[in-house]
Amino acid sequence: MEALFFYLFGGLALISSFFVIFLRKPVHNAVALIFTFFCLAGLYLILGAEFVAMIQVLVYAGAIMVLFLFVIMLLNLEEEEAIEGRGNKFRRWLGGFAAVVVFLLLAPVWLMQALPVVKGTFPPEKVQELGNTVWIARLLFTDYLLPFEVASVLLLAAIVGAVFFAMKRM
Amino acid sequence: MVTLGAIVLVIIKVLLALGVIMTAIAYITLMERKVLAFLQVRLGPNRVGPWGLLQPLADGIKLLFKEEITVAGADKVLYLLAPAVVMVCALLPFAVVPFGKGIVGESFLGIPLDQFDLGKGILADIDTGILFIFAISSLSVYGVVLGGWASNNKYSLLGATRASAQMISYELALGMSVVGVLLLTGSLSLVKIVEDQDWIWKWNCFRQPLAFLIFLIAGSAEVCRTPFDFVECENELVAGYQTEYSSMKFGMFYLAEYGHLLLLSSLVTTLFLGGWQGPILPPFVWFSAKVFFMLFFFIWIRGTYPRLRYDKLMHFGWKVLLPASLVNVVATAVIYSLYLGGKA
Repeated sequence: MEALFFYLFGGLALISSFFVIFLRKPVHNAVALIFTFFCLAGLYLILGAEFVAMIQVLVYAGAIMVLFLFVIMLLNLEEEEAIEGRGNKFRRWLGGFAAVVVFLLLAPVWLMQALPVVKGTFPPEKVQELGNTVWIARLLFTDYLLPFEVASVLLLAAIVGAVFFAMKRM
Repeated sequence: MVTLGAIVLVIIKVLLALGVIMTAIAYITLMERKVLAFLQVRLGPNRVGPWGLLQPLADGIKLLFKEEITVAGADKVLYLLAPAVVMVCALLPFAVVPFGKGIVGESFLGIPLDQFDLGKGILADIDTGILFIFAISSLSVYGVVLGGWASNNKYSLLGATRASAQMISYELALGMSVVGVLLLTGSLSLVKIVEDQDWIWKWNCFRQPLAFLIFLIAGSAEVCRTPFDFVECENELVAGYQTEYSSMKFGMFYLAEYGHLLLLSSLVTTLFLGGWQGPILPPFVWFSAKVFFMLFFFIWIRGTYPRLRYDKLMHFGWKVLLPASLVNVVATAVIYSLYLGGKA
């Protein structure tokens, strides 16, 4: 059962991420990316990480991609312009290089027959005990309080910046 | 051990729920017309069947047999995808709404009921129920945006832009207003939220009056009901994002709209009015009665208030509702931890 869903979501995620790269219209790319995020959320669910899965859909698929789509739609990016952007030779080489590096980094994992089992501090049984929402909340507000606060300050700075630019226009 | 019988039972349960929901959605359209007519001292639809009871059926057949028109300049794939997205996003959240207490007993026809939440009065009892609903309904904005964009029509695009701006803005206040309830219950599970409100003064509409009000307002903005129906503001935008849709594609947008209304009513019932809790009558009857009351309430509002102005709407959302919901969260958290003694 789990394997079935893993191949379903994993396969769909792969196919849709190919679409993200190869489709011609920017809006289609964005929609394919949304679908990829959705499939990733499915993979998180299989891992038993319900909270992360929901947040993945809510934040990435639901909020961030709406902004992307808005920008693409309002700028009305046409096919030709997008392709013109791809024509840059240096960028092409850079992209190819990055792809090779990522492949080389992942190759050892591929070659490994089975991953060595390392028990982490949070095996599924322990997570199931309280449910993963409770665990994440507990860790965020105790052990990881400082990073959490720093991240919120960063977001606040971004909001202030956005307001500043909006005020300038007015 | 997962048995074939359990799988069959779960499929039957899902189909049954879907049938009830779709029928309810069809009849909400009739209810809206009837109640609006009553409020405006008219008769409303009364030609098809007794008291117009077959009207939804006639409407459905009419929509099915109308000519499909696809605009020449439309983006074909997205044009087709948009109504489907809206419809799916309207139906999927019902999976985690608890509609009853569940069956008493261990097995049915020799099939144990402890698998797939078969014995429970909910399709999928997941730990993060309320987050699931917000996650799925945050996706429904894509149907609107893509539909508006793919139609290749300036009214559609303007309508879509407006609608999505409105939905995104009010989603924040909607989410924040629920946080107070979640704090009191100490869980994201809708089942636990209902079980927590086991007596009338423990209903969250009394414990969280401000959140209740904000949820009602932000909710009706989220499903684009009057006074927040800028999406299809006909005197400015023709019909908004659905201008270029015809036949059953338009029908799907139309049904999804009422699906969202039904979902909103069920959510208000579940979060604030004690869900299926109530004396004497069976739980499902209580749940339906409360949902019915909320539906009537929303139609009543539609019959009473005029449409707001668009800039007023945005100001209200960001400068009144959102701060108010934040104040509610802070106040609830302080009172909860100081006076009630946190249990979690």
